[in-house]
Amino acid sequence: MRIAALALAVTVLGCASAKGAQAPAPSPAPSDSGQTTAAGPGALSVPNANPFPSTYKPFPSQPTVIENVTILTAAGPRIENGAVLLKDGKIAVVAKSADAPELKQAMNGASPVVIDGKGKYLTPGIIDVHSHMGVYPAPGVDANSDGNEATNPATPNVWAEHSVWPQDPQFPRALAGGVTTAQILPGSANLFGGRSVVVKMVPARTVQGMKFPGAKYGLKMACGENPKRVYGNRGGPSTRMGNVAGYRAQWIKAEEYRRKWDKWLKDRKGEPPARDLGLETLAEVLRGNIYVQNHCYRADEMAQMIDISHEFGFKIRAFHHGVEAYKIADLLAKEGIGAAVWADWGAFKMEALDAVRANLALLDKAGVHAMIHSDDASGVQRLNQEVAKAMAAGRAAGLDISEDEAVKWMTINPAWAIGLDDKIGSIETGKNADVVLWSGDPFSVYTHADKVWIDGALLFDRSDPRERWRTDFELGFVPDETPAASAVPAQSTGGNK
Amino acid sequence: MTARYLAAAALACSALASAAGAQTIAITGGKVYPVSGPPIENGTVLIRDGRIAAVGTNVSIPADAQRIDATGKVVTPGLVNPSTELGLVAVGFGGDANESNARTDSGLAPSFKSWDGLDPRSVYIAATREDGITSNVTVPVGGLIAGQAAFIDLVNGTREDMLLKAPAAMVGQINDNQSAHAGARGQLLGTLRSLLDDAKYYASHRAEFDRAQSRRLSVSRADLEAMVPVVQGRVPLLLEAEKASDIGAALDLAKQYGIKLIIAGGAEAWMVADRIAAAKVPVLVGAMNNIPYSFTMLGARQDNAALLRRAGVQVALIGNAGGGDEEMFNARNIRYEAGNAVGYGMSWDDALRAVTLAPAEMFGVADRVGSLQAGREANVVVWSGDPFEFATRPTQVFVRGVLQHDVSRQDLLTQRYKTLPPSYGKKE
Repeated sequence: MRIAALALAVTVLGCASAKGAQAPAPSPAPSDSGQTTAAGPGALSVPNANPFPSTYKPFPSQPTVIENVTILTAAGPRIENGAVLLKDGKIAVVAKSADAPELKQAMNGASPVVIDGKGKYLTPGIIDVHSHMGVYPAPGVDANSDGNEATNPATPNVWAEHSVWPQDPQFPRALAGGVTTAQILPGSANLFGGRSVVVKMVPARTVQGMKFPGAKYGLKMACGENPKRVYGNRGGPSTRMGNVAGYRAQWIKAEEYRRKWDKWLKDRKGEPPARDLGLETLAEVLRGNIYVQNHCYRADEMAQMIDISHEFGFKIRAFHHGVEAYKIADLLAKEGIGAAVWADWGAFKMEALDAVRANLALLDKAGVHAMIHSDDASGVQRLNQEVAKAMAAGRAAGLDISEDEAVKWMTINPAWAIGLDDKIGSIETGKNADVVLWSGDPFSVYTHADKVWIDGALLFDRSDPRERWRTDFELGFVPDETPAASAVPAQSTGGNK
Repeated sequence: MTARYLAAAALACSALASAAGAQTIAITGGKVYPVSGPPIENGTVLIRDGRIAAVGTNVSIPADAQRIDATGKVVTPGLVNPSTELGLVAVGFGGDANESNARTDSGLAPSFKSWDGLDPRSVYIAATREDGITSNVTVPVGGLIAGQAAFIDLVNGTREDMLLKAPAAMVGQINDNQSAHAGARGQLLGTLRSLLDDAKYYASHRAEFDRAQSRRLSVSRADLEAMVPVVQGRVPLLLEAEKASDIGAALDLAKQYGIKLIIAGGAEAWMVADRIAAAKVPVLVGAMNNIPYSFTMLGARQDNAALLRRAGVQVALIGNAGGGDEEMFNARNIRYEAGNAVGYGMSWDDALRAVTLAPAEMFGVADRVGSLQAGREANVVVWSGDPFEFATRPTQVFVRGVLQHDVSRQDLLTQRYKTLPPSYGKKE
């Protein structure tokens, strides 16, 4: 219940993030990450693209066939009574039926685990491009509140991964909701909030153990109310025009910094320029190696951010919290900028006043890379339901939206927004075996994720509560869920079913 | 029940929106869920003078009745959201239009009548009603005792028209020390006991109080007056408590003072379900809250509502999972709480009851709303299918017998921007 201040705090914090834009690769861009290993004693400290490398290794897996299942591929029309083979961490075969010869061929005599998917649905793993799990973990105590470096309106120098607590109990709950990948962002207090990190929903001792190997970084930027509210009495910005001046001032510095470093990296002569962590991140955006993920509610502000991106020659990959994105769907489509939105959040502040539930559907129909996002550790567990709401709203507004299209809003489109659409986000041969087996139509309120695989390994199985991932924090503190009501969803007898 | 009786009853109910009351409407052919009784296939709901005149399979339909064919559809009572700020808040944050929080120095605001700030023209009312919610409880927030809640019908009318019962409850919380202006739970509960002691004393010493001969009391006369019906068990005390031990403390307090208690939140209520059931205390609980957001809700789990029902506790559903503004903009989403409750083990019929009759019973208005029975106010919704499913939409919504024709602000925005660029009303 909302009597306590908690919900408000979550909302205000949550709505702070912004996603980056994909830089247009302005030239053969020397990554400012000239190297990926430590410089070593006595060597020059030059920018390093990957100083905190992923140590993620896929969990043990067995070849697995899921058959007789309805497959929403996110890559085309659904396959009824289809079958997939997960092998060596990849989707090895997507077949029209369990009898398909290519299945047997791919198994090569080995006997896989076979799961009967009769009456069930298979989708790609859900991807949330806007999460604060780990940086605003549960319990939401001050001691663990690490999502906003609210000491300066421009902190492109901070990296979300340095705040991520891998023992956040919100991670296993997201996994149980069918989420396999999430982009963790800094909050939205700042014009430049810092770097994002893309993680898999897997148990690990360190954030490095969760990091999606090879994923691009994002730069979180934020428009509107949050920065001016946070800094209005602390030296500014205190207005939207102050916000814009703040963005431009940083990009001017970043452009100069990029020029100096690119020259030095090319010539390798003389003293290298002084390093600046924040400008390194911005320079990487200018080179097209880091995606701008831009928290921005209002249509008019999004248009201004687009002009700023033109002025400095970078590209915004996606606007997040774009509650007014539907008003400029044509502009977003023309610019090739994605829109990550909620299904129905609105009016919790002035810039969220014009939220409409048909937002996603309107964006999709206009040709925008449209996607759901959560910004919320509760909502992330039910992104399929959020998509269902948005689909229903689109249909109510007279837009023809199919389930085959809507499933993309939580899979391939968010994969595109974080630059991983070649690896995840659809059920196609060769992609990572990140899939979810649903108890029924994922757009029904009664449906659960029954099983979730990441890289072919079964990470969540609702039928086996004893094997449920429990974080360190939960041990002792959070009582075990006895397999009571939750293990056996009651049959719906209501309505017209 | 005669028409004469109905008319008398209507007069007795000052809040009736009377204009369209003369109409007779027959909803036929649908699957009717009266909630107070078993479902009726191919049932008829007859509405007359703003009230339900008859429900069943064998209802004689007057010749002049307007007929609505609900074949293949579902007919339910209008849904009730028992925990909202609807009509109190125009913008959650930074909009200077928030009437839900009294903000006292003491954290004690028993005399705060939340409905004094109720805006019958709130743009969110239409959007909520469009989704089949016809009643809600308007709940103040903040402090230890936040103030008084009202049970309202979402009629198109004045504030007085809307009020079904005010006060419907005194609202407080024992979940958060800081909000309650306390340093520790013991201090918080001590303040609450002092308030209850003072209210009891005041109730039998009004004359002394007037002559300034009473003992020293902790709050003002207005606050004491507001607390008297609470300590006399006439107005329920709606207390937010999440932790099992806090719920235990609330049960003890209620027993000691003879208070009619409603627990709200109740994240760990499942742990003490048997005690709650034995005390016959109802619980307002969400169906999506499974995150240990604080040390008071470490045991939050999604099948809480189902476990409570199983133990025999009366349960009404609220939106409290956090994030999506379930109190105002998304007060309309209460039907999805019900759907998720079913997904986590509650029976479908119990879930429907938990968003209709159960909250009506808790707040003492079950003789007016929450079920489809002759004599009840005609808050009726016809649904295209299962009301808990996302794909389902209400096809007709009646509030006190009046068919609503809502076009919400969100509908207007959607229409304006469906084709880009928008014309802004100017001809090409």
